[in-house]
Amino acid sequence: FFKCLHDNEAKSEGRAELIPSIKLRHCCLLRNQRCLTAYLYDRLLRIRALRWEYGSVLPANVRFHMCAEEVQWFSQYKKSLASFMRSLGAGEGLDITQDMKPPKSLYIEVRCLKDHGEFEIDDGTVILLKKNSQHFLPRWKCEQLIRQGVLEHVMS
Amino acid sequence: MSDALSDDGSDINQDESQEDVMTPAELIAKLEEAWLNEKFSPELLENRSEVVECVMEQLTHMEANLQRVKKGDAKASIHRMEIDRIRFMLSSYLRSRLQKIEKFFPHVLEREKSRGEGDPSLLSPEEFAFAKEYYANTETYLKAVALKRMPPNLQTVDMLKAVPEPCLDSFVFLRVKERQENILVEPETDDQREYVVDLEEGSQHLMRYRTIAPLVSSGAVQLI
Repeated sequence: FFKCLHDNEAKSEGRAELIPSIKLRHCCLLRNQRCLTAYLYDRLLRIRALRWEYGSVLPANVRFHMCAEEVQWFSQYKKSLASFMRSLGAGEGLDITQDMKPPKSLYIEVRCLKDHGEFEIDDGTVILLKKNSQHFLPRWKCEQLIRQGVLEHVMS
Repeated sequence: MSDALSDDGSDINQDESQEDVMTPAELIAKLEEAWLNEKFSPELLENRSEVVECVMEQLTHMEANLQRVKKGDAKASIHRMEIDRIRFMLSSYLRSRLQKIEKFFPHVLEREKSRGEGDPSLLSPEEFAFAKEYYANTETYLKAVALKRMPPNLQTVDMLKAVPEPCLDSFVFLRVKERQENILVEPETDDQREYVVDLEEGSQHLMRYRTIAPLVSSGAVQLI
């Protein structure tokens, strides 16, 4: 980089034969800048996809691969998204990271992957979520737990 | 199913003093149109925040009604399905708008800044805030990680040039709702022959988005 500056000084002193090499070096620098920003931007897009897939809290092994500025970008993006979702429908809020697929049926078969204790559904019945137990539950109740990894949708 | 829906909804709209009193069925049809158009269009379309707000109000009313109905399980589950479907449509609509905003953020902000006073707005105020925050966030990140370590003349990136523009020449399927005459379809060849078509009502076509873009925003065609 500093050689470029040096050459620029030479140019202003009137040594015209260095101009092509200056131009070439400038093009190389621009190309390097483009490659770097493209790489960094692509990483950002992947991190953004993580927010939509995993939710607000990233798993530790993913966070390990991110640098401090990326973590900051992620938390800022989370905040922007959250305030946008809160503002929908005149202050009511709508979580648009839910409902990713069109609803096929009202109740779904789920298998419990971890112990989660007791779970109450709308009509008052309480279900005990033990590991490996299977239940037939309303879809909208399970969606949260499926994303957290507590329940697993069983498709027969 | 929409009969059951309008039964519950008709008492809401009766003493509502809004400019356009629509039945819930019409409202959902409008949402579906907006959703499909937004999904299949390559660029961000006009903002339909009044539809979004009305639908959200509708959803809360429906959920409240559902809480009241304890027994009569069959009707309740049908309503519940309806609520789920509407919520999915609304979420999908908002998601595709947000994705387009993020993908084309400098161009979207530029368009919003340069639109005239009377022109309809492209972004809702919340979307505009989101877009600005996204821009600032990304710029801060790039500066902090790479650009500040570069020589002084390379420390900025022109976002308008760096981020690709939406491809308006992509082909889209459309259905014609109102009859249109003399739509100019310019050929790609060098000889400037004008190729003009008439669009019959109810017909379906596959055309370049650029030629029918104004028709989409006026509602004369529906993207499918």
